[in-house]
Amino acid sequence: MKNIIKLTALALAGALALTTGAVSADKTKVGFIYIGPPGDHGWTYAHDQGRLAIEKELGDHVQTTFVENVPEGPDAERAIAKLAETGHELIFTTSFGYMEPTLKVAKRFPNVKFEHATGYKRADNVSTYVARFYEGRYVQGVIAGKISKSNVIGYIASFPIPEVVRGINAFLLGAHSVNPDIKVKVVWVYTWFDPPKEADAAKVLMDQGADIITQHTDSTAALQAAAERGIYAFGQASDMIHFAEKTQLTSIIDNWGPYYVARTKAVLDGTWASTDTWDGMDKGMVVMAPYTNMPADVAALAAKTAESIRSGAFHPFTGPIHNQAGEQVVAAGAVADDGMLAGMSFYVQGIDDKLPQ
Amino acid sequence: MLVLEARATQSATAAWLSPLLAMVLTALTGAVIFLAMGKTPGIALYIYFVEPLTSWSGLSEVAVKAGPLILIGIGLSLGFRAGVWNIGAEGQFIAGALLGSAPAVYFYDSVNPLILPAMLAMGVLGGMGWAAIPAFLKTRFNANEILVSLMLVYVAELLLVHLVQGPWRNPQGWGFPGTRMFPDVALLPMLFPGYRVHLGTLIAMAVPLLAWFVLTKSRFGFQVQVFGSAPLAARHAGINNHRMVWTTLLISGGLAGLAGVMEAASTIGQLMPKISPGYGFTAIIVAFLGRLHPVGVALAGTAIAVTYIGGEGAQISAGLPKAVTGLFQGIILFYLLAFDLLTRYRLVRIRRGERAA
Repeated sequence: MKNIIKLTALALAGALALTTGAVSADKTKVGFIYIGPPGDHGWTYAHDQGRLAIEKELGDHVQTTFVENVPEGPDAERAIAKLAETGHELIFTTSFGYMEPTLKVAKRFPNVKFEHATGYKRADNVSTYVARFYEGRYVQGVIAGKISKSNVIGYIASFPIPEVVRGINAFLLGAHSVNPDIKVKVVWVYTWFDPPKEADAAKVLMDQGADIITQHTDSTAALQAAAERGIYAFGQASDMIHFAEKTQLTSIIDNWGPYYVARTKAVLDGTWASTDTWDGMDKGMVVMAPYTNMPADVAALAAKTAESIRSGAFHPFTGPIHNQAGEQVVAAGAVADDGMLAGMSFYVQGIDDKLPQ
Repeated sequence: MLVLEARATQSATAAWLSPLLAMVLTALTGAVIFLAMGKTPGIALYIYFVEPLTSWSGLSEVAVKAGPLILIGIGLSLGFRAGVWNIGAEGQFIAGALLGSAPAVYFYDSVNPLILPAMLAMGVLGGMGWAAIPAFLKTRFNANEILVSLMLVYVAELLLVHLVQGPWRNPQGWGFPGTRMFPDVALLPMLFPGYRVHLGTLIAMAVPLLAWFVLTKSRFGFQVQVFGSAPLAARHAGINNHRMVWTTLLISGGLAGLAGVMEAASTIGQLMPKISPGYGFTAIIVAFLGRLHPVGVALAGTAIAVTYIGGEGAQISAGLPKAVTGLFQGIILFYLLAFDLLTRYRLVRIRRGERAA
C-alpha cells in the first residue's frame, strides 16, 4: 500500500510539471481528422502522407496534428471542435461523413479555415476537395479487361454514394473498351475500413468466379486474400505492392501532398479562400502505381490510356453510355459533365448488380 | 499450489472499494505504458484523466458523452441484477433512433413543438419493440436472450443503412446516404450557447435518481433484487419469471431507445449510416463498473466518458494513439473483475497431497 501511495504521489507530481507547455507558439497549427488509422495503408495513410508533405516542406512554420479513428457520427463534431479550440488554423476533415459536423464547427469558429474531403456543402470558411479517382478506375478496367480469363471481376464497394458508383462505372467502361464480355460483380460492405469484412467479401467474389479483385475500401486485406488464392488484384489509395508482390497489378495513389501544401501556404500568405477542387491526373492528384504482374503490351496500353486521360485527349465517360435500363444517358461522342459525374447514382449497362436503393 | 476458496462472508466495503482501486491501478499501469512509450507519465495521465474536467467545453463534452452511456447502463444494470442478459442495447439504441426520428423525417418542415415529445415517446417505443423480440423468444421458446439480442444489433444496423440509403434519403443530397437535417423544433434545446450539452443530457442525469428510487422503494425493485440473487426463492415467493424477463428487457430497451433518439435529435441532427460509436456495448462495461447500482452507473458512465474525451486530447496534445483509450477501458475491466474474484474468493496455499477444505 505504501508503494501505491508513493507511486500516486509521483504521478501527481508529474502532472504538476505540465505547466511548462512544450508547443512553440509561433508555428501555425494544421489539424487532420482521420476516419481510420494512418497504418491502414490506404485512404488514411494517403492523407497522412499529405500531412507529412506539409511537415517536410513547411515544417519551419507549421506544426501538424491528427486525430485518428474518428467515427462519422456524434464524435466527429467534438474532435473537430477540439482541434479548433486548441489553436489549429487550418483543419482537414478527411471523410464524407464529417460534412455536417465540419459545417457546424465552422459556424462556431469563423476564423478557422476548414477543408472537407469528398463533400458537397461549402461555407465562407469551408472548402471541399476530392480527386478524380475515376480516371484511375478506367485504367484499371482496361487492364482487367485485357488479362481476365474468367471475364468476371470482383468489386468490393463501400457505400452506394456517387463517388463509389462513379468508380464502378468507370471501371466497367474501361474494361468494355477492350473486352465487351467482362462482367463486374459487386459486394457492398457498408464500411470504409474493416479488414476481416473486406477479406470475406474478396473470398465471396472469388468463389463466384472472379479472377481479379478490385476494391473501394481502405485496407490491404482484399489484396492479401487475392494473393492467397494466387489471383490478381488492384491496390487502393496507396502503392500496396509490398503487401502482395505477385498480386498487385497497379494501384490508384491518392496524392494529396501538393494540394495540402498549397492550401497551407495559402493560409500562411493570407490568400486562403473557400473553393471546390476536383483535380485528377492532370494536376497529379491521381497517380498510378507501376504496372506490375502483367504482359508488357498490357502495361503499355495502360500507360497509354493513362497518358491520354492526363493530357485531356480522352475522357473516361465518353458516350455512347447507356444505363442498366438501356436508355442512352450520354450521346455518342459527348462527354458526361461534372454535374452528372458528381451526382452519379445509376449503373451503366453491363454491371451484374442492382444498385442498393 | 494456490487454490481459490470461497469466502464465507463478503465485505461490503470491498465491493465498493474495488472499482476505485481498479481505477488507481489502471492509472499506474497506464503510467508504466506511457513510460515505455517514451512519454512523461504524469503529463500523459493528466491529459487523459484530469484535463477534460478543467474547462467548460471539456465538462460539457464529458456530460454529452456520458448521457447515453448512463441511460443505457441504468437499464442494463436492472436486467443484469435480475439475471437477464441483454447484450443488444446497441440495436435497441438504433431502433429507438429510427422510430423516434420518423416524425422529423416525414415532417421535415414542421414548426409544431409537439413533434419533439412525440419523437422521444416513439424512441422509447422503438427500443422497447426491439427488446421485445428477445423477451418473446426467451419466454415462449426459452431462446438465449444473449444471442438473440446481440444478433438483432446487426439487423438494426442494416435497417438503418437501408433507410438512410433508400426511402429516407435526403432528396437534395445528391444520392449521398443520410436523411434531411431535422427541423429546429425536432432538436433538443441546447442549455448554454456555444456548448453541446442539451436537454437530453439533463434527462440522462435524472434517470439514475429515478432508478435508485424504484430499486429501493418499490416492490418491483425488491423483486428484481430477490430474483437475481435467489431465483428459486423468488419463484416460491410468487415472483413471475416471465414477467421479470419482459419487464427488465422492456425497461432496458426503452432506455436505450430513448438514448438513441436523443442522440439523433441533438448532436447529430439527422440519421446517417452510422449513429453510435458503440454506446450499447460500452454501456455493458459501465453497468458492471458501476456495481449495477444507479449511483455507481452514473459515476462509471462519467469516468468512461472522461477516458474518451481524454483520449482525444491525448492524441492532439501528446501524440498518443487512439488505441490507448481502448487499452485503458480494457485494463479497468480487467482489474475490476480481478478484485471481484478476490472479494468473493480467497487465495489459499496448499501443500501437495492436501485438499482444500
